[in-house]
Amino acid sequence: MRVPLSRIAHGRSGDKGDTSNIGIIVFHDRHFPVIVREVAAERVKEHFGELVQGEVERFELPNLGALNFLLHGALGGGGTLSLRIDAQGKTLSAALLRMEIDIDDRELNL
Amino acid sequence: MIRIANGQGFWGDWLEAPVRLVEGGPIDYLILDYLAEVTMSIVQKQKQADPNLGYARDFPPLIGRIAKRIRERNIKVLANAGGVNPIACAKEVRRLAPDLKVAVVLGDDVFDRIDDMLSRGLEMRSMDTGEALSTIRPRILSANAYIGAFPLNEALATGADIVIAGRCTDTALALAPMIHRFGWKEDDWDLLAAGTVAGHIVECGAQCTGGNCQIDWMNIPDLENIGYPIVEAEPDGTFVITKHPGTGGRIDTHVIKEQLLYELGDPKKYITPDCIADFTSIQLRDDDKNRVRVSGIRGRPRTDTLKISISYEDGYKAIGSLVYSWPQALEKARAADRIVRSRLEKLGLMFDEVYTEYLGFNACHGPAVPNVIDPTEIQLRIGVRGHDKRAVDRFTRELIPLVLSGPPTGTGFGDGRPPVREIVAYWPALVPRDEIRTRVEVVL
Repeated sequence: MRVPLSRIAHGRSGDKGDTSNIGIIVFHDRHFPVIVREVAAERVKEHFGELVQGEVERFELPNLGALNFLLHGALGGGGTLSLRIDAQGKTLSAALLRMEIDIDDRELNL
Repeated sequence: MIRIANGQGFWGDWLEAPVRLVEGGPIDYLILDYLAEVTMSIVQKQKQADPNLGYARDFPPLIGRIAKRIRERNIKVLANAGGVNPIACAKEVRRLAPDLKVAVVLGDDVFDRIDDMLSRGLEMRSMDTGEALSTIRPRILSANAYIGAFPLNEALATGADIVIAGRCTDTALALAPMIHRFGWKEDDWDLLAAGTVAGHIVECGAQCTGGNCQIDWMNIPDLENIGYPIVEAEPDGTFVITKHPGTGGRIDTHVIKEQLLYELGDPKKYITPDCIADFTSIQLRDDDKNRVRVSGIRGRPRTDTLKISISYEDGYKAIGSLVYSWPQALEKARAADRIVRSRLEKLGLMFDEVYTEYLGFNACHGPAVPNVIDPTEIQLRIGVRGHDKRAVDRFTRELIPLVLSGPPTGTGFGDGRPPVREIVAYWPALVPRDEIRTRVEVVL
């Protein structure tokens, strides 16, 4: 079935220049393999569409049950140059948690 | 064990937080992080206007307010409040708290050395764009190296009650007391990485005690009285993150995980002037209520470069808005945007960027938002930026007329036309480590 990523994970996002970083953390460690499988860098880039001008990088932190994404060119120039209301990408973690992922019942309730 | 508390996550954070840390229970060190990337340029402008300014002006009155108590309890304070004028900052602290010994760390400010460094072939290319610094040379406002924990340790060794630095890293403020008290050496990479991770966790203040927390935020207790973080550090590099009893907020492993991920790049390479920390080695455990134990941290040798942060003038910007109500609020806002853009074009005005957002529709989440059906109201927000100040100024006059002459039910113009702001942009670059020589001065 398809559920929003927010069903199994939470997160936080911030900025470094024109790059936004989004950390996604599973509530339960058993779901870490699910986000590794479902939340690929390409899918994240697709999810944000024109909001992300550059590439998306992904890093794994299995010790924290977390993935860290770097979204390059995602903040309208970043810092003081940006004309966006969310120039620091504070809300982008919540935006990623809206993404729909595939997970079967057994995996969800394991 | 020593207790290191952070009472300020940025310049403008809660004024009561450091006072409550000093009053609310035992601590040994109070650290205060005042600097963001653009702060140095702001203080540089203040110094240009008045040579006695150019530092975080909230800091001296705070020390005046807590001076008696930190003397009684032998609490030492470390802050990167010095901006581009740490000596002036120290003198003001001395004036308001004459019984305290104040030391400053100097040498991070390389503004006067830019031409010398350029002439010796240091290109200081932007770490973001790869461009050479010479392309923006006339527009530079400030230039400061990020200083690590060892110069702060040297300042603590003078016996100072208050240590003031200019542009030191946020993490160095937490690491320096550990080096000072535990005798850690410059190549104790695992220990330095552990202190650095502790610094990263607490550097944003209450963001590691339940503030800005997405997990179960509605049930986090008493945010009004949120406790700011305290590191209980051990000589072996393990530590506990906690807060004073009776304060609000929450500390558990999930809260700490969110903060560990905040503003993180490659987790295996968290680079500071002191070491490279590996965030994939961090182990967290819920120790007790509002206590998280952190261990297992590994580090690697520091790099042979230091980062400098350069600020420079980069044109002007203005952002204006109008609000449209139901029905067809989004369509009305879009029609108004088309009118403004068309009028700017017919005036022949040139901008580097014109950017439109619709608050209440997709301003925060962009294309990640599903379709919204006829919202109650929409705020149209248009921003322009460019190097022609007159063009930016003219833009600020184009929104309000639409209230009478554009789509119906436009409002939200009460503050008048928006201000034109100067843009101060940020240029990070690397220089060889031995270019930067710090020194410590006790200010009498």
